Amino acid sequence: MGILEVKGVNKRFGGLQALGDVNLSVAENSVHAIIGPNGAGKSTLLNCLVGKLIPDTGSVMFEGQSVLGRSPHEINQMGISRVFQTPEIFTDLSVLENMMIPCFAKRDGAFRMHAIESVAAEKEIIDKAMHMLDDVNMADKKDMHAGAMSRGDKRRLEIAMCLAQEPRLLLLDEPTAGMARADTNNTIDLLKRIKDERDITIAIIEHDMHVVFSLAERITVLAQGSPLVEDTPENIKGHPKVREAYLGETAVAA
Amino acid sequence: MLGLDKKDTSLLLLVVVLTMAAPFLLNPFPEGSGMAQFNAGYPDLMQRFVIFGIFAIGFNILFGLTGYLSFGHAAFLGVGSYAAMWMFKLFGMNVLPALFLAVVLSGLFAMLIGYISLRRSGIYFSILTLAFAMMSYALAYSVLATDMDGPDQQGLLQKGLTGGETGLQLTLTDPRIFGEASTEDGNIPVPNLFGIEMRAATDLEIGNWVFTFSAGYYFAAVVMLISFYLSIRIFRSPFGMMLRAIKSNQQRLNYTGLNPKPYMLAAFVISGMYAGLAGGLMAAMDPLAGPERMFWTASGEVVLMTILGGVGTLIGPVLGAGAIKYMENILSKINSDILHSWFAFLPDGLEDFVVALIYPFIGKGWHLTLGIIFMLVVIFLPGGLVEGGQRIKRLFGRGKSAEDANKPGKATTPAE
Amino acid sequence: MDAIILQILNGLDKGSAYALIALGLTLIFGTLGVVNFAHGALFMIGAFCAVTLSRLLSISHEVIDETRTDFLGNPLKVDVPYLYDIFGETTGAAIIDWAVPLSILFTIPVMILVGVVMERGLIKHFYKRPHADQILVTFGLAIVLQEVIKYYYGANPIPTPAPEAFTGSFDFGALIGFEPNTIIYPYWRLVYFAFAAVIIAAVFAFLQFTTFGMVVRAGMADRETVGLLGIDIDRRFTIMFGLAAAVAGLAGVMYTPIVSPNYHMGMDFLVLSFVVVVVGGMGSLSGAVLAGFLLGILESFASMAWVLDTIPGLNQIVIYLVAIIILLVRPRGLLGRKGVMED
Repeated sequence: MGILEVKGVNKRFGGLQALGDVNLSVAENSVHAIIGPNGAGKSTLLNCLVGKLIPDTGSVMFEGQSVLGRSPHEINQMGISRVFQTPEIFTDLSVLENMMIPCFAKRDGAFRMHAIESVAAEKEIIDKAMHMLDDVNMADKKDMHAGAMSRGDKRRLEIAMCLAQEPRLLLLDEPTAGMARADTNNTIDLLKRIKDERDITIAIIEHDMHVVFSLAERITVLAQGSPLVEDTPENIKGHPKVREAYLGETAVAA
Repeated sequence: MLGLDKKDTSLLLLVVVLTMAAPFLLNPFPEGSGMAQFNAGYPDLMQRFVIFGIFAIGFNILFGLTGYLSFGHAAFLGVGSYAAMWMFKLFGMNVLPALFLAVVLSGLFAMLIGYISLRRSGIYFSILTLAFAMMSYALAYSVLATDMDGPDQQGLLQKGLTGGETGLQLTLTDPRIFGEASTEDGNIPVPNLFGIEMRAATDLEIGNWVFTFSAGYYFAAVVMLISFYLSIRIFRSPFGMMLRAIKSNQQRLNYTGLNPKPYMLAAFVISGMYAGLAGGLMAAMDPLAGPERMFWTASGEVVLMTILGGVGTLIGPVLGAGAIKYMENILSKINSDILHSWFAFLPDGLEDFVVALIYPFIGKGWHLTLGIIFMLVVIFLPGGLVEGGQRIKRLFGRGKSAEDANKPGKATTPAE
Repeated sequence: MDAIILQILNGLDKGSAYALIALGLTLIFGTLGVVNFAHGALFMIGAFCAVTLSRLLSISHEVIDETRTDFLGNPLKVDVPYLYDIFGETTGAAIIDWAVPLSILFTIPVMILVGVVMERGLIKHFYKRPHADQILVTFGLAIVLQEVIKYYYGANPIPTPAPEAFTGSFDFGALIGFEPNTIIYPYWRLVYFAFAAVIIAAVFAFLQFTTFGMVVRAGMADRETVGLLGIDIDRRFTIMFGLAAAVAGLAGVMYTPIVSPNYHMGMDFLVLSFVVVVVGGMGSLSGAVLAGFLLGILESFASMAWVLDTIPGLNQIVIYLVAIIILLVRPRGLLGRKGVMED
């Protein structure tokens, strides 16, 4: 029984079957990658997990509880955090403020009316946020305008923000898309460290095979909305069906 | 002090000093001099400065922090005025209960409208709030003004809840169960604070200068200072930070386990209550409430004030409200005779030319000036007067600030 | 039955104005992505084009009429329009009488010019700014335009009559087989509706059958792709803005005999037209037209005596009420495409 159990999920957009009978089980404390060609339904699947989309049929269970019908913030409070393809941070706020918001969310829940208290008096939140920034080597940037940072820094900040909530499951949507090689490697190192240091499950959607094979313990290949195979990285590498899905039938025949 | 950091405390103190000394500061020109028409230190105008200041401060909590542009905030102003008037009519002329009801009712009304309007964002939110406000205006103008007493009665509801076009007025037959229906000499009593009449004023003559101290102004000013103080606290609170986060990236907030809806609604209700407070104060200063206070141009006016002063800044809305009310009252008083007297030193032909050039922008044309200034601000100075002030400061203090930045330790002080 | 037809007819003229303004708003929003709060001002400027032309045509010089005397016994001075001198009295008088329809010719170039200047001078710089900024700057512009008009034309409404041939009413009911005098309808309102129908048809035909129109429609569906195709979108946008301005202006010109032009008529119509756009569906041209007529007619029905007896004041709130309901239950509006600014 995995921490995340997806059973028989279907999703249609008009005439298009985006997801067809998807079954997926992510084991606790593992790194699970979901790969597949463009249009395979990876992002649709991810959106079904975080509450942005609701599947037509099927079930999505996280730690034994259904996430279906809950809104994104409720699902997040259950322990699922999401990192976006393009870093989604609060660009108009300072780096420290960015970091404090998930700390508030962790401590106070989805809503708390604290309109008269001063932010400056929240020592415990500031300390925790500073600690998290330290952890990703960004403490010196704490007063910086978050929108003014490089893409790599934004990515690190976003991941750190997700971690501040101490999620049980971290979902990453092509975390290295559009990144320079050095930034990609930094991100891989960061994720490796997170995996080693924390009690956390990571599910990652990725195009870059270098990233996938550096991190993943299990890989699910999605093609045309359905899981093709699920196996260890070593077995996936040589799998004919995978090559077919990625390279097309002619390539395999040749 | 008062839970504020040093910078905010000095800002608050500055505003306290300015508002308390306003009767002096706004009357710099001696009585009878040619410049006396630029004096703004008379109670009626000063009251408007602070009352619209409150309105704009509240609007800024919504628009400045969350970026949600409401085009219907005048509805809450109107509700506040009507509520205060009914308190005066039913219970008595003390302003505190009237303001209390104004704030509570406008808050409830804002909760209803906000709950529905906030289901949409962007331009749809703007249009929903606009539609609600215009509906409120139409209702106040007609439906709620119909005789609810029945044909032959001359009671309280003879002109409905709102009094329609002529507005809601006090009469000698109002019950005022905790006060007096009429004064000893048979007049309608005036709003007061435990006996201090709002319209009471004393003049102080120093040389050629006449300074007027009005109880109404000082009461409104104190209410404004409290409102201002509260808005600083809100800006510096975790709640305020959440609102800025909503403006910055609502999606990320959602995926950070926070529910934007109640935050937004709270901001909407708070700003609605500020508007109601301003509306109640208007009724307290001049006991009359009409539907035109809810018309959409009134909502547009508070938008102008907030943008002109500096949206999202603490002091901006107050400055904007002051600037617009000053223009409305002073600029509009200048006529061509006054212009001619100013430019009398020029040769005749040139004088006429200059006067003709300026004339469209003053007097009745002050709206034109306002529109142009507003456009220039939106285009070139999105931070409003506050940003303008900062730019000027930077221009003059360039050498000094560069020195400051080089000092070690400055960058590492916590952002408070 | 006759009452229903009468209300529908009564709603047509306002509905036509809503539809024309909303059509222009939608063109601008759909192609340029700009929320134009100054669109009502364009409607108003159109109306004042009619005022201007009718004043220009009536420019007169004084002639001493020897045959008559004024009350002091001196020969009477009469104003004779120059047009009388040029075309003779009958033709001259006819031209002045037809000032409003003639203004159409005068208004089109003026409005296109105003639109192009507005787009190049101001709106262009706001394509990338948030909708709130666009609303604010065009709101400011609307105030400025309105005040300029007020400065030159005064604050009072200026009556601008229709040609004499179209003043008065006719018995529409008798024409279609009802009892005489059941449905009396002013001629000009029918003219206005027909005019609006022609303009709307022309705009749709232009978009449907010309290459330019095709590009614009493609741009409304997917702006980025069309931009990537290397088509000079910018220039077309400018022309679109001019076209939308002309549509609003024409709506204003022909509306002058129905409501005497005043400086705030633009704002009055703008608020309602925005509501119309939202009800029709942001970005949907046919939605704007449909909603314009529907709401105009609905407003007219809500003003019927027995409706007002049942629900007093309904005529003043019905449009807003409908808008609120639509926005909440069907945010994309009547004919809006899914996903266009739906949240």
